[in-house]
Amino acid sequence: MSQKLLLNAQELDIILHRLACQLIENHHRFKKTALIGLQPRGSFLLKRLSIMLQEHYGITDLKTGLLDITFYRDDFRRGEEPLKANSTDIQFIVEDMNVVIVDDVLYTGRSIRAALTALQSFGRPASIELLTLIDRRFSRHLPIQPDYNGRQVDAIGDQKVKVLWNENDGVDAVYLLKNES
Amino acid sequence: MSELSVDHLLGIKDLTKEDIHLIHTTADQFKEVINRPIKKVPSLRDITIANLFFENSTRTKLSFELAEKRLSADVINFSASQSSVKKGETLVDTVNNILAMKVDIVVMRHPNPGAGVFLSKHVDARIVNAGDGAHEHPTQALLDSYSIREKLGTLEGKKVVIVGDILHSRVALSNIYCLQKLGAEVMVCGPATLIPTHIESLGVKVEFNLRKALEWCDVANMLRVQNERMDISYFPSVREYVQQYGVNKELLDSLKKKIVIMHPGPINRGVEITSDVADSDQSIILNQVENGVAVRMAVLYLIASKIQRNND
Repeated sequence: MSQKLLLNAQELDIILHRLACQLIENHHRFKKTALIGLQPRGSFLLKRLSIMLQEHYGITDLKTGLLDITFYRDDFRRGEEPLKANSTDIQFIVEDMNVVIVDDVLYTGRSIRAALTALQSFGRPASIELLTLIDRRFSRHLPIQPDYNGRQVDAIGDQKVKVLWNENDGVDAVYLLKNES
Repeated sequence: MSELSVDHLLGIKDLTKEDIHLIHTTADQFKEVINRPIKKVPSLRDITIANLFFENSTRTKLSFELAEKRLSADVINFSASQSSVKKGETLVDTVNNILAMKVDIVVMRHPNPGAGVFLSKHVDARIVNAGDGAHEHPTQALLDSYSIREKLGTLEGKKVVIVGDILHSRVALSNIYCLQKLGAEVMVCGPATLIPTHIESLGVKVEFNLRKALEWCDVANMLRVQNERMDISYFPSVREYVQQYGVNKELLDSLKKKIVIMHPGPINRGVEITSDVADSDQSIILNQVENGVAVRMAVLYLIASKIQRNND
């Protein structure tokens, strides 16, 4: 396995600021908007964005939630690894709200498909958008594209994109992992 | 760990401590699901489950059926009173006929101890035991321990007394195994005629005096007096049983600490516990019922996740 640095801490910070500004551009004061992070890895990106929106851009009463899609996945009983559930924490009804789904890496699009189904359990949102930090284009299995995107990456086959967060992994960075062969 | 060590849920005796923890943490997520506006997830939509009840049951059957439907499984129900069992068909034949309709999981209650184990060796489906005679009732023990964990935070080091008809009770045996695996101390209390001989060999304390038992414990699980299983008189009269082993508010208030009261249902009000105890803030009886659905969803989800699809 070799790894190539795609984004360092400074680049990541610039991208997060841009994403936050793009969200503000479309959602103004976030009166009818909720940010929903996908468990487990989307939770870190959500946390960063929500802190940034509140501390740098003065957004008050920002609604955020965490959604676990384990029970909605379409690969139940197909994968090698059994699926382990994480907690869902959405303390509001999404009826008539503008929901932004937040996840770190967009790959096949299947997680997002599951998230769209899962969100129906919490009401009928007025609209749903997708924000991702890394978009692995050329890898999609479904017609799903991000509305807000950090960086497009051309990763193929068995390559992996790894997003590291300071609070969890001790450093802010995004790596592309490849097999040597 | 994210997988059970067993393929069937036949009894708590076969489970490891890690299995029980996995079921509990998965049930936490399902408890959140069943409190949503839409209480349903699509996980088991390609799984068919047969509920075979060869013995009467209301709440266990309802609870399983609700759990199955909330997981989007297809459900068929079968009760012995309306079936060919009455016409002399054997258990294996009955179940194989049902399996011919492509059933993946069988949830079974049966009056004979070991019926689930027997079936698991002879048919090609996953078996979940919903009570086999006076042997085990694993999902009840899982939901009882889940409810104690929810109320007290942990089972480790807690003292639990099981009061009443231990002799005829599958709930008692499953609870003893489950609580001990989770690190709790267990005591049984009841009339000597309803305490099985040699029960000490399971590592439980035996106490015949209810007050002493309640002074000792953190949690009291009050079992129902199972009149239907009693072929002879095990105590002189219900009135005497109530005087010796019934819990009332006065007794509860006279204890030094606030203990938790549980009951697997159905309650004989005024026998095992009085109405004011059943409805008091120390009772978690209705929490047990709610948790029952979440715990059964977790069990079915985890058992189903081990069934490999064969046509991929």
